[in-house]
Amino acid sequence: MAQAGAGRRYVRAFVSGFFVAVPVTVTVLDRFAYVARVEGASMQPSLNPEGNVTGSDVVLLNRWSVRNYQVRRGDIVSVLSPKNPQQKIIKRVIALEGDFIKTLGYKNRYLKVPDGHFWIEGDHHGHSLDSNSFGPVSLGLVHGRASHIIWPPNRWQRIEPSIPPERMPLLNWHADATEDEEKD
Amino acid sequence: MFRRVLGKTLGFLGYTVQYGCIAHCAFEYIGEFVACSGPSMEPTITSHDVVFSERLSRHLCRIEKGDIVIAKSPFDPHMNICKRVIGLEGDKICTSGPSDVFKTHQYVPKGHVWLEGDNLRNSTDSRSYGPVPYALIRGRVCLKLWPPHNFGALNQSPTGRIVKRSD
Repeated sequence: MAQAGAGRRYVRAFVSGFFVAVPVTVTVLDRFAYVARVEGASMQPSLNPEGNVTGSDVVLLNRWSVRNYQVRRGDIVSVLSPKNPQQKIIKRVIALEGDFIKTLGYKNRYLKVPDGHFWIEGDHHGHSLDSNSFGPVSLGLVHGRASHIIWPPNRWQRIEPSIPPERMPLLNWHADATEDEEKD
Repeated sequence: MFRRVLGKTLGFLGYTVQYGCIAHCAFEYIGEFVACSGPSMEPTITSHDVVFSERLSRHLCRIEKGDIVIAKSPFDPHMNICKRVIGLEGDKICTSGPSDVFKTHQYVPKGHVWLEGDNLRNSTDSRSYGPVPYALIRGRVCLKLWPPHNFGALNQSPTGRIVKRSD
């Protein structure tokens, strides 16, 4: 009889712990931070510089900072793939809405990024499935901003936003419009 | 005395966090209530109707042709749109109007869906902004909750635009 009582207490403790732990974990992964392993060579040399030989990088994705869809040029972001809704791709933001850019292999050589969209590219041009293949990506697809590399330990670092100078947008309609107003 | 107040506050905070997380999981994975506005889905859904949209179909990738879905707007991620799925990836959509002489067609690319409102004359949908990525879909509308005299499941498409299965 004592054993049945102890067993029932364990079951109750397990069930109540389960109903606390699972929703909290799911909420944290959905709203605050997400951990993901980077696969592929499309972001070399920033991420996965040696490919999968010594193990892929694991990054920390900050989901709280993109809750209002605010990304900056140069950020590395994870995005739900427009080609496959169950896959997430990790690329760098090159241009935001209103920017006028020169593309690398897209059907139009020059392009103005439409409202509510942004342009992403992998650092390893030519080995990357990015906006140069499927065009500007809707801001609603953004998943998280990669803020730190957390594995392997010799690659612990904070990821800083940076755009290679040859990929900078040529001009931005909105910025130029406000500059003109300020001059007057 | 101070320790008891601190203990009670922490307990209260703990319960708030726990129930907040359960609420988040319910709204994210089970379903949510949506108040619709605008004329683009008449007569199936009129402005100021409240509907229930379930999230399971979207997470399990079981959205089908003819479903009414709530999706994030491709041009403004803060806004949601409520439209019907006319075609899935690979389907051939007739994009010319009924009065055009030459029929034009477009194929829905991989990972995208073609959305149209039921009120074809008064709806901005995929006919103007093109196919919408599947990942922008938030949920499938399954029940109308308000007004009470219209309570229940929603009707089939009145427009006859749904693409027949392409074999």
